Amino acid sequence: MSIEQHREYVLRSVEERGVRLVRLWFTDILGNLKSLAISPAELDNALNDGMTFDGSSIDGFSRIQEADVLAVPDPDTFELLPWADPKSPEARIFCDIHNLDGTPFAGDPRQVLRRHIKAAHEAGLTFYVAPDIEFFYFEPPTAGAPPVPIDDGGFFDLTTQDVTGELRKQTIRTLETMGIPVEYSFHEDAPGQQEIDLRHTDALTMADSVMTFRLTVREVAARNGVHATFMPKPLEGVQGSGMHTHLSLFRGDDNAFFDGDDPYDLSATAKAFMAGLLRHAPEITAVTNQTVNSYKRLVPGFEAPVHVSWARNNRSGLIRVPIAKRNNPLATRLEYRSPDPACNPYLAFSLLLAAGMRGIEEGYELPDEADANLFEIGDDVLAKLGVGQLPQSLHSALETMESSSLVQEALGEHIFEWFLRNKRSEWRAYKTHVSAFERDRYLTAL
Amino acid sequence: MLVVLPDPASPDLARTLDLGGYAWKAVGSTEGAAEYEPPNGWSAAVVDAAADADGAWAFLRTLRKQRDVTIPVLLLISGAQLAELDHRDELFDDFCLTPFHPAELEARLRHLLAGDVAVSTADIIEYGALTLNAETYQAAIAGRPLDMTYMEYELLKFLAQNPGKVFTREILLSRVWGYEYYGGARTVDVHVRRLRAKLGEEHANLIQTVRSVGYRFGQSRWEH
Repeated sequence: MSIEQHREYVLRSVEERGVRLVRLWFTDILGNLKSLAISPAELDNALNDGMTFDGSSIDGFSRIQEADVLAVPDPDTFELLPWADPKSPEARIFCDIHNLDGTPFAGDPRQVLRRHIKAAHEAGLTFYVAPDIEFFYFEPPTAGAPPVPIDDGGFFDLTTQDVTGELRKQTIRTLETMGIPVEYSFHEDAPGQQEIDLRHTDALTMADSVMTFRLTVREVAARNGVHATFMPKPLEGVQGSGMHTHLSLFRGDDNAFFDGDDPYDLSATAKAFMAGLLRHAPEITAVTNQTVNSYKRLVPGFEAPVHVSWARNNRSGLIRVPIAKRNNPLATRLEYRSPDPACNPYLAFSLLLAAGMRGIEEGYELPDEADANLFEIGDDVLAKLGVGQLPQSLHSALETMESSSLVQEALGEHIFEWFLRNKRSEWRAYKTHVSAFERDRYLTAL
Repeated sequence: MLVVLPDPASPDLARTLDLGGYAWKAVGSTEGAAEYEPPNGWSAAVVDAAADADGAWAFLRTLRKQRDVTIPVLLLISGAQLAELDHRDELFDDFCLTPFHPAELEARLRHLLAGDVAVSTADIIEYGALTLNAETYQAAIAGRPLDMTYMEYELLKFLAQNPGKVFTREILLSRVWGYEYYGGARTVDVHVRRLRAKLGEEHANLIQTVRSVGYRFGQSRWEH
């Protein structure tokens, strides 16, 4: 299918559906969705030559000399926005960011993921991803007050006045009209907490879908007077929100992770890929868990991983190998459990792929399965077993990331350096903050 | 003036066209066809698929889909390639088996140029609650407009044009995507899932999964 036909289709749809506004979407380094609205009349030009804009206004896009960059729409991502006013329809289209000379812009996370997908293609592999995204519904927040969950339901609960169930249903319907199929959805463990699992698709489409997902969830909630948040740990003492990410590699139509002769049904490729993830996990954690708050989720006792280990059906490890239904070879996959839904999906998927591919290229050896509940074993015992921990704070994650040539190479110098600088300053701001915890504990006692 | 693919044309074809007194130009690509197109347009295309069938299909797809005016197409194909014609009816008007008899080729060409061949103009495709307009690229289910990406649209159109028939993923990939698409047959599954999501729960079963074979649009011809 030629690119001209895609463009023609987009232009024709805009005309036929009377689209009044086209939103050009792209993502900054921290994973915030950015939008540049143009009129349909400009779309033809934009599709052919891209739209110039001043990149210096976008976090992480600024460079001293060349501030102008080009947003080039990807016609295959054209969708009408279901929440727009039907009388003046709006559409969105994801963009790749280029320099004015047409080369990929080094600060564009979507281009980073494209580069990794291309490298995997060259090795004959396609990368499929399926995230399980958790989030909370709260009453509209008031500054200074703790957030109030909109219900006090628990895991899989079906309450009589099921407001959250209705919200979830509306959200799923909206996602599906945008071509984002949902596999499961349910009430999670904590009050107001939800989980929606997306059906697997190729990594680039999935990263776009995660961006669309976060906006859709917030949009539908806001329309119902509810605040949705992807903050990793909004409430103390209950589970935080994760984004467990199911990963598989296909060689043509065959699952490269499956080997029916192996007792685990795992191929040598799967084992080496998993070994790569385990070895480099601490280095990529600053990106998969990029906020100060992320590390308040990665603690024992709340079903979030703490230790760098793998097992078949043990939810306390970093990687779980789910047992495939009916031994379906296509369903063999790895579930990487540390990421949270506040990450930049383009960069997170890039690093997961890069770490796993490094394992394949270098033929890393997979450590033994850790099938005991790791939360109940002492750290000293684990250390003897060679089971390390994920970084315990944003600070330590950044230190580990900075020493990683894999991450530096995988993100490219521009993003690597900008990310470290930005996150260091976040850490400094946090470190100097005097919290209620400290005042409660020390003000009168000391 | 006839446009001929590939460049150079086979000696047999060149001789037949010359002896028949046709003005013709061999091109190697759609870009070539556009570059050398006479001001009053090509009168017909003769496409020899014997050497490179995939190239020929790609050429025809572009020729047929990117123009407002449909150029009559005569396809040259070997007996071993006949299966390739399945579900590509919209890409050609007539065909001639190679090696061809010069008189047959001339007769078919004459017939084609006389304009007797009805070029298919099935612009509206309807099945149950689904309506597709091939001219405007629009689709609706039970009167509700469906918004699709281009590939989703093309896949749905192909399926809706052939209701009741079971297609393997490979066939769908080669006929809809039109070339050895990288994602492999998994691409088809992913698109079918997206299409079902957009059709909505009530109509998702318009595209049925036929276990360990592929997909079928609508009811089988044998059940009612």
